[in-house]
Amino acid sequence: MIPGSFQYHRPTTVADAVRLLADLGEDARPLAGGHSLIPMMKLRMATPEHLVDLAAIAELKGIRHAGASIVIGAMTTQKELIASDLLTSALPIIRETSLLIADPQVRYCGTIGGNVANGDPGNDMPGVMMALDASYQIAGSAGTREVKARDFYFGAYFTALEPGEMVTAVSVPVPPAGHGAAYEKLKRKIGDYATAAAAVVLTKQGGRIAQASITLTNVGQTALLAEDAMAAVRGTSLGPDVLARAAAAAEAITDPASDGRGPAAYRTKVAGIMVRRALERAFARAAG
Amino acid sequence: MAKKIPVSMTINGRLVEEMVEPRLLLIHFIREQLALTGTHIGCDTSHCGACTVDLDGMSVKSCTRFAVQADGSTITTIEGMAAPDGTLHALQEGFRMMHGLQCGFCTPGMIMRAHRLLQENPDPTEEEIRFGIAGNLCRCTGYQNIVKAIQYAAAKLNGTPFVEAAE
Repeated sequence: MIPGSFQYHRPTTVADAVRLLADLGEDARPLAGGHSLIPMMKLRMATPEHLVDLAAIAELKGIRHAGASIVIGAMTTQKELIASDLLTSALPIIRETSLLIADPQVRYCGTIGGNVANGDPGNDMPGVMMALDASYQIAGSAGTREVKARDFYFGAYFTALEPGEMVTAVSVPVPPAGHGAAYEKLKRKIGDYATAAAAVVLTKQGGRIAQASITLTNVGQTALLAEDAMAAVRGTSLGPDVLARAAAAAEAITDPASDGRGPAAYRTKVAGIMVRRALERAFARAAG
Repeated sequence: MAKKIPVSMTINGRLVEEMVEPRLLLIHFIREQLALTGTHIGCDTSHCGACTVDLDGMSVKSCTRFAVQADGSTITTIEGMAAPDGTLHALQEGFRMMHGLQCGFCTPGMIMRAHRLLQENPDPTEEEIRFGIAGNLCRCTGYQNIVKAIQYAAAKLNGTPFVEAAE
């Protein structure tokens, strides 16, 4: 399969990349790891006239502490997320999730910025970032701004990004030490998107859940924040009746498509099971 | 047609300087422009791993990367694995000795992926090998002998005895 013709640009600064994206307008697409865009170009479902390769922009790389947050450059690959000692100790759910994305070859290339900015409901990081209440740093010709992950997704491939804008970093508030988190994903095979998946981040106090965030992946037009399920577990010690209520509340907000991964009713049920498993594992991992 | 642009990269130790159209995929560059046909096109959709090459210390599916993205990089393909005198690399020997292939179509990608895996983890467990080659599909072997071939190569490279696990 041969992609359509395009012109290739390789800027070395964010300022140059943003200028190119603004000047070239709708005909240009930024290129990160390329493992969503290039297959679409080979199918001619995407036919950009210009590709702006972000690979040579050093300032888009790296993982660092910034106050009470950890800031991850948009071009940081899943392989680098997995290898990061800082993330493994402070935000282990990011490593756990990265290991469930695609396959080894794809993880060398796939980036956190591409994963969150593409707006594909099958991507795993949007739900995780919503559960962590992360924000995306965005650069455009009008300057920079920050948008919360929870406010970023409007629909499938439809996000808060304006034409000419790009995500430059993901800023994750570090959850308190002793928090528990888990990402549970059912997939048919290595490399597949989730049949359904759930992320949970919680804190415990005196054996009860103090705060909990629960999100769902690939059972709607965007990742979903399961607020009723969150309310159902707060203040409880996660007994069987609470787990059942939380799973039911999560299932109620799903609207998956029937596809090769199964009929919609099955995928909804799987979402509930993923919520149960992620809650139980996060609860067991949390101190307090 | 977009204008051709120059790229240079080191492939199997040889400096290559060529003009490419931006839309030229790395796999087509390697197979058609450089006539290195050991790297295979399998699914052409970044699932099967037959097109895997080693690029700057990464295992990369060359069907999902443009040649222009590889400008300045160092690449090893299956042709770069054996010694110049033809002596097989430990992985090639392992695939031969352990019958790690039947039709052989996936083998170049398997070997290139296993090569990087052993660079990163010289003494992997069976589970680590299976997780490490999860991006490479084989429709013949059922993977059993591929895993053994990689264990054979790891032992040879580490200078330790190869002990075949009981079935």
